[in-house]
Amino acid sequence: MSAQSQKNLQQYVLRLADNALIIGQRLSEWCGHAPALEEDIATANTALDLIGQARNWFAYASELDTDGRSEDQLALLRDERDYLNVLLVEQPNGDYGNTLMRQFIFDIWHFYLLEGLTRSADATISAIAEKSIKEVNYHVSRSSDLIIRLGNGTEESHGKLQEALNNLWRYSGELTLSDALDDEMLALGIGADLSGVERKFQAAITRGFHEASLVAPKIGYMQRGGKTGVHSESMGRLLAEMQVMQRSHPNLTW
Amino acid sequence: MSQKNEWPLWEIFVRGQHGLAHRHVGSLHAADAEMALNNARDVYTRRNEGLSIWCVPAAAITASAPSEKGPLFEPSNSKVYRHPTFYDIPKEIGNM
Repeated sequence: MSAQSQKNLQQYVLRLADNALIIGQRLSEWCGHAPALEEDIATANTALDLIGQARNWFAYASELDTDGRSEDQLALLRDERDYLNVLLVEQPNGDYGNTLMRQFIFDIWHFYLLEGLTRSADATISAIAEKSIKEVNYHVSRSSDLIIRLGNGTEESHGKLQEALNNLWRYSGELTLSDALDDEMLALGIGADLSGVERKFQAAITRGFHEASLVAPKIGYMQRGGKTGVHSESMGRLLAEMQVMQRSHPNLTW
Repeated sequence: MSQKNEWPLWEIFVRGQHGLAHRHVGSLHAADAEMALNNARDVYTRRNEGLSIWCVPAAAITASAPSEKGPLFEPSNSKVYRHPTFYDIPKEIGNM
């Protein structure tokens, strides 16, 4: 593998790693604060699943790193512009309805993305995808169940979810937007086919919204930038909290 | 959350990897049976404990009162011949 194609492969893996890490970090902010004990435990479980998946991706990204950076250095010591997660996952939790809506959109997309990656020509990527998709399958069924319940619940619960959807839908376009790196990885048989992912994602999420009596707003311009390191304003604060231990005590281990 | 808006209580039974019968593991709150199953999965089976989960509405359980302990159970205490402790169970039988 040439140095450049190794670098590109690493960037692709870092996108996957950062998505899982950042949404895991966001979900873990609920630990001890969720509206019911059972929800608290379930949310923390999901966060742990995702951080566990992030670790697998980071371990691979570390193997591919030409500067020999470790898993921890990659996860916790890069600067904001070097994080390659989509904008959706860094959006603040807001109320619980907002968190559930973010999770619902993410889970459905995540599932079809991983499904595509199980067929990757890269054996490590397909193995990690294979392992992760079992957990994500459950995430989808859990978040769908809650969205359908609350969408058809009281006027208040329906209103909160619809408002969350109105706020978050503008970040859905980036999920399946293909750029040069995606095209290159697809051509090599390594990456997922995002147009296929988009078809399945749209069909599933439209069905979900319909069942939950929710309507996705018409968005003129979909936000984008996270995949190339251009983040929204809340990302800085998230990183400050996530990185403070490694920054103040370098090489700290548990 | 105010008391009166709380979800109903469910008792959770899990059949473990090697267990033969479902065993009571605890209770939790959930709006309905489906949600109780999901919550039970998250609360009680994350360390690979379970193969099967039963959720029972706590209200559906009829329990004996602690104050009736004497009349209910004491009479059998003195009837030692009812306890199957006089047999040697051959190893091949396994769990009984």
